[in-house]
Amino acid sequence: MQTSTLILIVLLLTAVAYALGRQRSVQLARPNGGIKTLHSLPNYYGLMAAFWTGIPGLLVLIVWSALENTVINAAILATLADNYANVSESELSLTFSRIRNIQLGTIDGTQFPELVLAGERLNALNASSQFGKVLLSLVIAVLGGAYAWLRTSPKLRARPQFEVVLKGFFMLCSTLAIFITIGIILSVLFESIRFFQSVPVFDFVFGTKWSPQIAIRADQVGSSGAFGAIPLFVGTLLIAAIALLVAVPLGLMSAIYLSEYASSRVRSIVKPLLEVLAGIPTVVYGFFAALTMAPLVRDFFQGIGMDGVSAESALAAGLVMGIMIIPFVSSLSDDVISSVPNSLRDGSYGLGATKNETIRLVVFPSALPGIMGGVLLAASRAIGETMIVVMAAGLAANLTVNPLQAVTTVTVQIATLLVGDQEFDSPKTLAAFALGLMLFITTLLLNIVAMSIVKRFREQYD
Amino acid sequence: MTDQPLNAIERMATVKQERLHARLKQRYNRERRFKAYGVASISAGLVFLAILLVTIFSQGIPAFQSTFVKLDITYDPEALYIDDASDPDQLRYADFDNAVRQSLLQRFPDVDGRKETRALMSLISTAAGYEVRDRLIANPDLLGQTETLWLMADDDLDLVMNGTIDRNLPEEERRVSDLELTWIDNFIANDEIDRRFNTTFFTRGDSRDPETAGVWGAVVGSFYTLVVTLALSFPIGVAAAIYLEEFAPKNRLTDIIEVNINNLAAVPSIVFGLLGLAVFINFFGLPRSAPVVGGLVLTLMTLPTIIISARASIKAVPPSIRDAAMGLGASKMQVTLHHVLPLAMPGMLTGTIIGMAQALGETAPLLMIGMVAFIVDIPQGFTDAATVLPVQVYIWSDSPERAFIAKTSAAIMVLLGFLALMNLLAVLLRRKFERRW
Repeated sequence: MQTSTLILIVLLLTAVAYALGRQRSVQLARPNGGIKTLHSLPNYYGLMAAFWTGIPGLLVLIVWSALENTVINAAILATLADNYANVSESELSLTFSRIRNIQLGTIDGTQFPELVLAGERLNALNASSQFGKVLLSLVIAVLGGAYAWLRTSPKLRARPQFEVVLKGFFMLCSTLAIFITIGIILSVLFESIRFFQSVPVFDFVFGTKWSPQIAIRADQVGSSGAFGAIPLFVGTLLIAAIALLVAVPLGLMSAIYLSEYASSRVRSIVKPLLEVLAGIPTVVYGFFAALTMAPLVRDFFQGIGMDGVSAESALAAGLVMGIMIIPFVSSLSDDVISSVPNSLRDGSYGLGATKNETIRLVVFPSALPGIMGGVLLAASRAIGETMIVVMAAGLAANLTVNPLQAVTTVTVQIATLLVGDQEFDSPKTLAAFALGLMLFITTLLLNIVAMSIVKRFREQYD
Repeated sequence: MTDQPLNAIERMATVKQERLHARLKQRYNRERRFKAYGVASISAGLVFLAILLVTIFSQGIPAFQSTFVKLDITYDPEALYIDDASDPDQLRYADFDNAVRQSLLQRFPDVDGRKETRALMSLISTAAGYEVRDRLIANPDLLGQTETLWLMADDDLDLVMNGTIDRNLPEEERRVSDLELTWIDNFIANDEIDRRFNTTFFTRGDSRDPETAGVWGAVVGSFYTLVVTLALSFPIGVAAAIYLEEFAPKNRLTDIIEVNINNLAAVPSIVFGLLGLAVFINFFGLPRSAPVVGGLVLTLMTLPTIIISARASIKAVPPSIRDAAMGLGASKMQVTLHHVLPLAMPGMLTGTIIGMAQALGETAPLLMIGMVAFIVDIPQGFTDAATVLPVQVYIWSDSPERAFIAKTSAAIMVLLGFLALMNLLAVLLRRKFERRW
């Protein structure tokens, strides 16, 4: 029986339990004078019975399915001889796929009599595990339903119990955010630690040469791999800086114009239009940057007589990324500027200042902390942006601050190291996780600082 | 009095006034300039948007048509090497390309030599042979007969027809040789070539040949992925928002949850891809490239967006509603489920649609979990290998064939179309149900 069918059966049992529980409460109430003598409405008795049936059954099912493979593999391993058991992880998975292939008949098993035996044992274990899973989850579900049936009585406080369960579910959902964060940290941390076992942390953070290709055979020409991340950090910062140089002035001036000068009609048309820029998928910007912007930039600088302009320049990627984060900067600054109290503006006008003087000398300085927060958020966005740089910035890890050359970024390297087939014990793939850890920490710090600045700013004027 | 000379004080006042006027003029000029900067920066953004859209649309529109060539195909048993069209075994090994080749050679009798024949064959799509085969399978009686078919032309021919390949370039800089151009001109002169609406683009999956590549596989993949995302993120997001707004006590845990949600909303999407790779694929052993894994990763990504917007719409429900329901004896949960939730639902749905639109446009995390594979078949379920629209755009933009530029732009147009539709729906929903209390 497939797991999905089993889930369906358990859900069906749950529905049956609902109907029965509901019916039973009505039945019990009838001799006493109808459902008004029940503590709760009949629906709640049904729901309670459904909870008692479905939740334990599904829990058993999930736990069993999650542990099944690990337990069976461990049991098989325990019976195998030492020369199979005490080997590295990749050889272990090779052994298991060999067992499977012998069972399927794709490999001739006569050479490995122990593996044939192990395969038969594996099959037997799988079958009994399957049987146990079906039996246990169904029995638990039915037992739960029966317990609910026996418990049902007019005095049972079904509704409060239902509400407690539901509230527990709500709370579980909200704590998911914490689990996601922990999941991110753990998943990048473990692989990073494995990476740092083969490449020292110091070499990674302060090395100036990035060349993640590792020779597969010892006699191969090529590099032994160099994992100095400085060129990536410099490239990332260079592109982010170009993007911010575009986005901050344009976004800020747009926000000032929209919140201080524009009529509400203009505002209601222009603001959504600008926000379209934020809604366009980044892959579209990447396509535009690689195909339209990069040649334009190259032709322009070659036209004014500059040599050595790369086809994949940091400038093209940075410019397009800057345009992409304009609405980000403008909507954040817009919020901040409009939360500056009007009394400050009125005071300034009262002293005879023009509008622009008021904005430059009064509104802007008092909004500055909030705007800085917005700029930091935009920076974290620019650092973490992937598709534009993957498509337009290139792979060459040049250590340069010349915006006309090709640079590579942290996100580009993560993407290229992990796309395609990969094994999890080469430093090449693990390097991606180390870079991911760096990226996560950087953006996390930027976000925390930015959000606390914005929060403090809000409190100042509330 | 008037002809009396001004005294020192009055003179000074005049000078001061003149200075004041000059300064005022300067200040007003500065005001005008400042305003102009604002207008300029807004226009810069909008002009860029216009350039982006115009570029992509003008590149993409040719891809919605493809070129067909009229040929007389003879289902000659000898050229096909079959004698019974109803025998599937024979059909499988039959040489339908040969039928196309013979028909082309008949059309241009003065072609000879291997090289020229190959050049001639390159005018027709490699899929033409399959088209002929499908015709024969559908009508086995055609064997031994001749019929006129409109067969799909190669992408290079298509590029000549829509003007992407410039005929005036010298031959060595052009992908299409002079000889091939004379054949094409011959087709044009006899009215045997035509550009028609490209149904292939909307009905097929990916392909290495631009003319037979379609976007439908990616659309279906995106659909499955979004179904998983919606099914998970909407209930979880709403439940979390309800808890945080209505039930959560003010304590440390609640603070931590809130900080986490706000942080997750700003974590780079590629990091979620790393999480998906390490947890769902490596740890739980879920299949690579599958919409279900893509949906899980996108759920984690869109969850913060949905929670934040759902909280905002719950907050917008006035407390008087809650008080009234409480006053009639409803429990806290009943107040929430029966009154607050229905009133907040339109806002929640709007936020969810916007979150879904974000998920639809997301590429980077899906690259990590292997949805970037080359997949020809239309996915049939949640665990089939699939790709999604933005990833398809990425794959095609990486392809060297010239014709894929148009395909990429056309795929972007399809993607933008879906996004526009979703946002429109969100706007309409907001218009229709928005309530001011």
